[in-house]
Amino acid sequence: MTTPLVEVQAISRTYRMRSGLFGRPISVRAVDNLSFSIQKGETLGIVGESGSGKSTTGRMVLGLEPPDQGSVHFDGAPIAAPGTAAWRAQRARMQMIFQDPLGALDRRLAAAAQIREPLDIHNIGTKAERDARVHELLRSVDLNDSHGARYPGALSGGQRQRIVLARALATKPDFLVCDEPVSALDVSIQAQVVNLLIDLQARLGLTMLFISHDLRVIRQISSKVAVMYLGRIVEFGDADDLFARPQHPYTQALVSASPAPGRRSSNRIVLTGDPPNPAARPSGCAFHPRCRHATARCAVEVPQLTALDPQRQVACHLVAGASSQAQDAA
Amino acid sequence: MAPLVRISGLKVAFDGTPVLHGIDLDIGKGEAVGLVGESGSGKSVTWLAALGLLPAKAKVAGSVQLDGRELLGAPGAVLDQVRGRRIAMIFQDPASALNPVLTIRRQLCESLALHRALHGEAARIEALRLLDLVGIPDAARRLSAYPHEFSGGQVQRIMIAMALAGQPDLLIADEPTTALDATIQAQILDLLSAVRREFNMAMVLISHDLGVVAENCDRVCVMYAGRIVERAPATRLFDDPWHPYAQGLIRALPPLDGARRRLQAIPGTVPDPRTLPSGCAFAPRCHHAGDDCHAGVPPLAPSEQDRAVACLRPQRLPVELAAE
Repeated sequence: MTTPLVEVQAISRTYRMRSGLFGRPISVRAVDNLSFSIQKGETLGIVGESGSGKSTTGRMVLGLEPPDQGSVHFDGAPIAAPGTAAWRAQRARMQMIFQDPLGALDRRLAAAAQIREPLDIHNIGTKAERDARVHELLRSVDLNDSHGARYPGALSGGQRQRIVLARALATKPDFLVCDEPVSALDVSIQAQVVNLLIDLQARLGLTMLFISHDLRVIRQISSKVAVMYLGRIVEFGDADDLFARPQHPYTQALVSASPAPGRRSSNRIVLTGDPPNPAARPSGCAFHPRCRHATARCAVEVPQLTALDPQRQVACHLVAGASSQAQDAA
Repeated sequence: MAPLVRISGLKVAFDGTPVLHGIDLDIGKGEAVGLVGESGSGKSVTWLAALGLLPAKAKVAGSVQLDGRELLGAPGAVLDQVRGRRIAMIFQDPASALNPVLTIRRQLCESLALHRALHGEAARIEALRLLDLVGIPDAARRLSAYPHEFSGGQVQRIMIAMALAGQPDLLIADEPTTALDATIQAQILDLLSAVRREFNMAMVLISHDLGVVAENCDRVCVMYAGRIVERAPATRLFDDPWHPYAQGLIRALPPLDGARRRLQAIPGTVPDPRTLPSGCAFAPRCHHAGDDCHAGVPPLAPSEQDRAVACLRPQRLPVELAAE
């Protein structure tokens, strides 16, 4: 097997926060001992609810914030310290897209000038080459030069996200981190951007980390999927297979909670209890207070991510336990 | 049976730009009606206009009747008897709908005093009952808590409790779960359908999420650029949409199981209300559009007993469904 383009080993990130002016500082473990790798040309989807640590993971992978523990390797080399020349060279090869395109763009700068900016910063090409590249980038996201001449305020939400995408592709990156890139878009526009991302990935051979709360979008775009709950991966597997046969009780609830046209909610799993609070992480398996199948062991012992079969890893005592028993019997 | 609410020919214009072009909609007693459409399609404006909640610069025309009584242009005293009492509304962002410096008890009791003339201990007991009903644990203690002490899902539960305080006949839920996580969304939708059954309350569910509307409504209206373009029973609309826009919305939704297929995106974008095309507003994005589509706006024509579609070339071919 070739070395993966991105390799994340046991990263953790803890934030300290104070509750109230005189409150004792408490530590919030946003990401807890997370490991995964992304092969070249592959898309890893991370799905989870708010507070699951998926965005923090994206930021650490890009080196925007250092992990407290663990390491991130990009193309075999560790991520350099932010601000250094080595980091800058690495960062030209890895780009990101966020949810809110208007926040990511400068309202007082024409779109084409913003697409050009990374070329100026990384000193790529002559002036004429840069102009040609901007034109080519606009075309690659299905826009034209007249869109490039407009200011972000005069573009629609979908067009703005295309501009952000064109800018991200300006330096010909190998790796793209997309954090909820289509969540703010209407359904019909969302489909356009998802199709565009899939096309660009195939054409440019991009490797992607795609973060979203939307199971449907994640499945459409990812080859592998990691389901996160309170800073940990609870299930990992091939996208189609994972959503077709979810093993972890949390994934099962997520899949069942996803509303579908043409289906009435008959046997939906409705979780009781509140969404998880990273500042008050339950003991043992973080999901156990909301889990229908939880046993006494779940409240005490943290389940490790174990391989169920070559394609699937699950962090659940019940699922992993059942399979190891089955193996014993066989 | 006379409908609970009858909206006819409702038009709204902001600064001379029409954004709602004549909405006809009946809501029956105890019925759940879904309004779907993308941003700017006029689904929220319809109800803000109906309840007189739009700013003064908005020009509203047409008619909105509640039990045969006209609401448009009605004096404030009449509207006060309707808003919150007969028709309650909950919104997408529950946190900003509550006052952050007042306790939940103060805010719930305010509704109860206003709509039900309950005061003191009677109001407190009723507030407690409402919080219990919407599933706030340890309600007695939580009554004295402030909004920030609750999670997003709980705040939406409190908003539902406040909406129920007036024992309304109709609840307008405007994107009630859009800001919530998937598992919490399932809880809130479950709660809404439970209260609806218990009080035989009608509901209008406004959402951009086809799945949410499909699963929780009896009838669905699809809106596009300030008009209703298709109206049908929920199950039939999603199994067999007729309007090319409704079909496009369903095809654009990525499937959650089965084979992966390329999404069929609707080309182009929603038109700017200031520069609407002369004919059917969807025609520029429509694969089936012909010259006649650009010539005039197709009316919402009833075709079968309970369906209506505003399209000159409704597509009656079965669509492969996006999900399942």
